[in-house]
Amino acid sequence: MAEATAPKPSSSVKLVLLGEAASSLVLRFVNNDFQENKEPTIGAAFLTQKCNLPTRTIKFEIWDTAGQERFASLAPMYYRNAQSALVVYDLTKPTSLIKAKHWVAELQRQASPGIVIALVGNKLDLTNETSGSSNAIGEDGDEAAEPEDDGDARKVSTAEAKTYAEEEGLLFFETSAKNGTNVTEVFTAIANAIPETSLKGARGPGATQSNANRAEDQSRVNLTGPRDNASKEGCAC
Amino acid sequence: MDEIAPEYDVVVLGTGLTECVLSGVLSVKGKKVLHIDRNDHYGGEAASVNIEALFKKYGNYNKGEEPWKKYGRVNDWNIDLVPKLLMSSGELTNILVSTDVTRYLEFKQVAGSYVQQGAGPKATVAKRRMKVFIEWVGAFNLADPATHKGLDMNKCNMKDVYDKFGLEAGTRDFIGHAMALYQTDNYLNESGRAPESIERIRLYGNSVSRYGKSPYIYPLYGLGELPQGFARLSAIYGGTYMLNTNIDEILYDGTKAVGIKATMHDKTGDEPMKFTTKCKKILADPSYFPGKVQVTGQLLKAICILNHPLAGTDNCDSAQLIIPQSQVGRKHDIYIAVVSSAHSVCPKGYYIAIVSTIAETTANHHLELAPGFERLGRIEEKFMGPPIPLYEPLESGINDNIFISKSYDATSHFETTTDDVKDIYRRAEGHDLVVEGLREGTNLVGGE
Repeated sequence: MAEATAPKPSSSVKLVLLGEAASSLVLRFVNNDFQENKEPTIGAAFLTQKCNLPTRTIKFEIWDTAGQERFASLAPMYYRNAQSALVVYDLTKPTSLIKAKHWVAELQRQASPGIVIALVGNKLDLTNETSGSSNAIGEDGDEAAEPEDDGDARKVSTAEAKTYAEEEGLLFFETSAKNGTNVTEVFTAIANAIPETSLKGARGPGATQSNANRAEDQSRVNLTGPRDNASKEGCAC
Repeated sequence: MDEIAPEYDVVVLGTGLTECVLSGVLSVKGKKVLHIDRNDHYGGEAASVNIEALFKKYGNYNKGEEPWKKYGRVNDWNIDLVPKLLMSSGELTNILVSTDVTRYLEFKQVAGSYVQQGAGPKATVAKRRMKVFIEWVGAFNLADPATHKGLDMNKCNMKDVYDKFGLEAGTRDFIGHAMALYQTDNYLNESGRAPESIERIRLYGNSVSRYGKSPYIYPLYGLGELPQGFARLSAIYGGTYMLNTNIDEILYDGTKAVGIKATMHDKTGDEPMKFTTKCKKILADPSYFPGKVQVTGQLLKAICILNHPLAGTDNCDSAQLIIPQSQVGRKHDIYIAVVSSAHSVCPKGYYIAIVSTIAETTANHHLELAPGFERLGRIEEKFMGPPIPLYEPLESGINDNIFISKSYDATSHFETTTDDVKDIYRRAEGHDLVVEGLREGTNLVGGE
């Protein structure tokens, strides 16, 4: 296993969060943690997490909206150089899918062309489906009528969201931040979907930290010096 | 729709850089901040706009034409409205680092710094004949009279200092205007201000030595990224942001402001949202309180689009060129700041040059900037409006709880902006703002 010890190429990828409780998915992904009744945004506005792929390592730099979307006041900086986005809706609330579609349109308008967008229906734990099967379209009969008394709170059918995602060229998953279903899969799918070519060259503030990019452009300056490199993974600063 | 809280510690009006730095800092310090702008974008007078927005702002085209279309994708343009650069060792840089706002921004060096001497630009770095003077500036210590060369620093002026070193007129011009960045020669004869001049020269020297090519750095995508970065900092610490929101009324209790009535307009066509909230104090840019500010000067500014670098600057992708007043028979220097596609502010092959100075006449302002235009050579587009009034508040804000910032002045950097930030902070909070370690020991909203 000599080749296993050789370091895999590592790239930083900016991921922006939008939509209903997107932060709870990220907390599950980064800390394997879930908190009921979490504020809409967690405030920990800059999380990082590595995703190991067979041939490379993707380091997600995860940007939270920090609540600036509440009164339609997200700054263009938020979308700037984002290579991926997680747009989350609550599959028990149809209005949240409408909001999610608004965010997808906003990303298509403001973000870099080629951004990888994942549409995620969260709260799969509130449906009566067995976990793990959520990336497949359910049987039609299941989706059409959702009897409340069998404990299924689903209000957005898998088929409806999946059809929309396919039309817009989005990755699509249904997840549960509460029990962890499909959470890692979302991030792995995003990491796999980032084109290799977009990982080359300097992209976003994080890119300055890699030596390759620094050599590429001598006039870029690193104001913080080595301090950044010392910051630990997944820290909430 | 989310609720507006019934009361905030601070309501901030306008999202210019001064206001956003203050919001960020106050939020970090645990204050509950509501930050409002009447515009649909961040930055106010310190925004960067795309080329379509710039044409529309200046209105210099015929109806029905769309002249921006020949300049590529409009969103590839981020054109600054304020012609400034950051001193790499300046206080804004210190604040960016101590607040970690550097995480959201990427900076590049400005490739050259020049001063017009006779026929052509001359690099400000590597001027050898004043070496002795510069070394003395480096060793100068106000508290140690042994370093004062026998001069009385309480009484002497910079002319006395220059005389002491036997510096000739051209060198004085150079040091005073290109290094200390004075726009007039008034500083020469003001007694007791030599230490301030020496401090300015030292800042310039430290900034040059930090990265080598010039004392300046510049954020990718334009200066408009700076207020956005600090607004994000504020939001992370719980600050609430509302663009597109008009202030309908300031609520007073006696002489003191105690709240606002405002209306947020919805771009998607929903009903406007009216609300009232209380606050302990209001921070604002001058445009929100026209009756509480005075005009202190007029800035002349022309934004020029070029398709070539500035002549005589080694094809630099960015530069500052100072034309000292003495060279062109003026009282105030003319500044030229050039940035380009290297800073992601325009498509490849273009350069954005802003020519600026303080108005000295009441008409023909175009002629005042002419020496600057001559340096630029062929100009593709020129955007020049009427003189821009520079405002400052009439009162400190102690009496009415309304703390107003100054306009962005004619200096080429943000040192006076950070002075204003600190001054407003002191007036509003009653103690000095300590920049070092701003975020140490703070708790993020909802953080671990």
